[in-house]
Amino acid sequence: MSQPIALRLSGITRRFGETLANDDISLSLRRGEVLALLGENGAGKTTLMSILFGHYSADRGTVEVEGRALPPGNPRAAIEAGVGMVHQHFSLAENLTVLENVMTGTERLWRPRAGMAAARRKLMSLAERFALRVDPDRRVGDLSVGEQQRVEILKALYNQARILILDEPTAVLTPPEARHLYQTLRGMARDGVSLIFISHKLHEVMEAADRVVVLRRGRVVAERRPAETSKEELAELMVGRRITRPVRAPATPGDVVVEARNLSVRRRGATGLHDVSFTLRAGETLGIVGVSGNGQSTLGQVMSGVVAPGAGALTILGRRITRADVPALVRAGVGRIAEDRNHEGVVGELTLWENATLERIGSRRFSRLGVIDRAAARDYTQKVIEGFDVRGGGPDHRTQLLSGGNMQKLILGRNLIDAPRVLIAAQPTRGLDEGAIAAVHARLLEARAAGAAVLLISEDLDEVINLADRIRAIVGGRLSPEIEAEEADARKLGLMMAGDWTTEGVRDAV
Amino acid sequence: MELIAILGSEGLWEAVLRIATPLIFGTLGALLCERAGVLNLGIEGIMAFGALIGWLAVYNGAGLWTGLAVAALSGALFGLLHAVLTVPLGLSQHVTGLGITLFASSLAYFIFRLSVQIEGSPPTIRPFQPVELGPIGDIPFLGPVLSSQTAPTYLAIAVAFVMMYVLFRTPLGLAIRMTGENPHAAEAQGVNPVRVRFACIMAGSALMAMGGAFLTLSAFNSFFPTMIQGRGWVCIALVVFASWRPGWALTGALLFALVDAYQLRLQSALEDAIPYQLFLMAPYVAAIAVLAVMARRARVPQALMKPYRRGER
Repeated sequence: MSQPIALRLSGITRRFGETLANDDISLSLRRGEVLALLGENGAGKTTLMSILFGHYSADRGTVEVEGRALPPGNPRAAIEAGVGMVHQHFSLAENLTVLENVMTGTERLWRPRAGMAAARRKLMSLAERFALRVDPDRRVGDLSVGEQQRVEILKALYNQARILILDEPTAVLTPPEARHLYQTLRGMARDGVSLIFISHKLHEVMEAADRVVVLRRGRVVAERRPAETSKEELAELMVGRRITRPVRAPATPGDVVVEARNLSVRRRGATGLHDVSFTLRAGETLGIVGVSGNGQSTLGQVMSGVVAPGAGALTILGRRITRADVPALVRAGVGRIAEDRNHEGVVGELTLWENATLERIGSRRFSRLGVIDRAAARDYTQKVIEGFDVRGGGPDHRTQLLSGGNMQKLILGRNLIDAPRVLIAAQPTRGLDEGAIAAVHARLLEARAAGAAVLLISEDLDEVINLADRIRAIVGGRLSPEIEAEEADARKLGLMMAGDWTTEGVRDAV
Repeated sequence: MELIAILGSEGLWEAVLRIATPLIFGTLGALLCERAGVLNLGIEGIMAFGALIGWLAVYNGAGLWTGLAVAALSGALFGLLHAVLTVPLGLSQHVTGLGITLFASSLAYFIFRLSVQIEGSPPTIRPFQPVELGPIGDIPFLGPVLSSQTAPTYLAIAVAFVMMYVLFRTPLGLAIRMTGENPHAAEAQGVNPVRVRFACIMAGSALMAMGGAFLTLSAFNSFFPTMIQGRGWVCIALVVFASWRPGWALTGALLFALVDAYQLRLQSALEDAIPYQLFLMAPYVAAIAVLAVMARRARVPQALMKPYRRGER
């Protein structure tokens, strides 16, 4: 490529206390290039991009945009030099309109009248040019996550960004939205915008980038072109050792422990369930795949006792479930991994021991006469920590100090340590890095081998194919007929997720 | 019927505008603070202090407008205190605000007792006089209602329209609203949320103090320590009623004043039938009822009461 260098980072070093977040990192970006920055959580990707954008200043090293050095620690200067950043957690005001979000701060503050009409024209022409369709007068809070991301990108482009940094842009998107985003990014690159996107997902790096820079423990460990590498090599470079996701061994299913017959649930503001029937036997895993927002949240919540089943019959471990009763399910031996670990899975402000025992704090085991037996609770938590390799804190540390992977291991541990008979796992690896995913998968397979009936709800097709015995898709709150995992591949599951159930090979299970 | 006749009387509507004026000032002041993301419960005390200091200035020989300006300045200073405690220090906005209310109202009474000799009835000043409107005064009904109002009432209404324009039509207003919704986004777009919050709290508190000063400089002519009588808290509720919109704040203040003025007249009309305490409650009961309905659809500024710390998300 003979395009000029748009951005050059030289010798960036940044230390936070004991840890060296960035260690002498140098990289360059050419105009119109899409560069992927690949690394596990904690590899230093986000720190590096924050330094580039001026949120932090580096201890050593320089940032040059189009040949000119940027003053460190000054986001305004970065914006003016043409650097735009799209954060993983959007920086938008939900109650303001798209146009208002985009034009904040772009005019002199004391102008007697905002130039709404001109701003609208400029926004529309950008939206047109980069195929980022969006209604400027909609309230941002009413937009879908994918549309909100478009607003973020437009905001950067509106500020004349020629270099765009996207921090894990697909973390919140569904697979089709993610594919649309790559196409948009490619189009922007052809138009002369230079892009860096941060990711830990191998397939999207292979699909969308011109060049991949792999970071590990704050250093650049490799640079590859997708054509010259493979997912396996990238995974190994990223983690530093060979990681293989475990795959299930043949199952020996036992008795039916969960049976749903014509289950329907109405929800306000979320997709419900329509006439859902399935059975689940001890020692097997049923995988439910689906594009997010198709009722899998409701399914997980009903099965976990958070939402009451409406019409139809649900029997779990021989009990008819008619209302939302979490304690009863927990007592019966149902383990539950909630979809959103930060909101439903743990209480970040509480300690590890409190989170480990909260579900059963009233039981004899952890309290006597209404007084908590802290010693017993701590011992139990220590066992979970050791048994499930939870790193980052002891029983008395606050849970929010843990990384996502370790938080999930804590949740798994508190559910699995007592060998539950049923396990409801909703999106158990969402947002985790490869190492943590492999660990979670191994635990789920162990639970199944120990005789638990596992309901695995996931958007990750590879995960479902590797772990489940039988697979169904959920579309608009309805379940597809099931297929055996051996017959499943990404293409077939993709068709099922799109609601096409008549394809040959998809046999009717009812 | 008598009850209906009251609604048509000029006296009622004269009273409505007079009662509404301090509420308009106070509500707009609280609204401005909250639009920038800071709840200011110091309002009750700031109004009391404004009432005192404005009156005291005039009692000591200053002009009425100077008195109003002095009150505004004192409000801005209390606003500065609130801003220092809640913005850079990030202290609880509830506790800080209530503390300022206690402090400012006590200080007002303290200064009053130090500087004024009370013998028998409290000392008085000559307050704002009704504005001469010329030919408008001859219009039936509207004329007499309007010609009994003083200049600060018109000022309050004007402020509502100015605030409406500034918030929704200027880059400054957008910066203020963005700061109240998402200060991190504002910062990333080059707006300084700390400065915006300081400015809004100080300007808003100045308006609150002017609302208080209206009581001593126009509605009455003397100061007494209990004269605010919860008007500040009513303003806080009116902000929610108004959904953080200045136009609705104006409407809400007028509605509340209407109920209040109406019940005052009902008290005398129905003196024998119903205990007057029930009528005194009426505006507040009405306010709670309206809030219960309106608050459900209100769009609260998302960053209200959330301290802003740079770099933290």
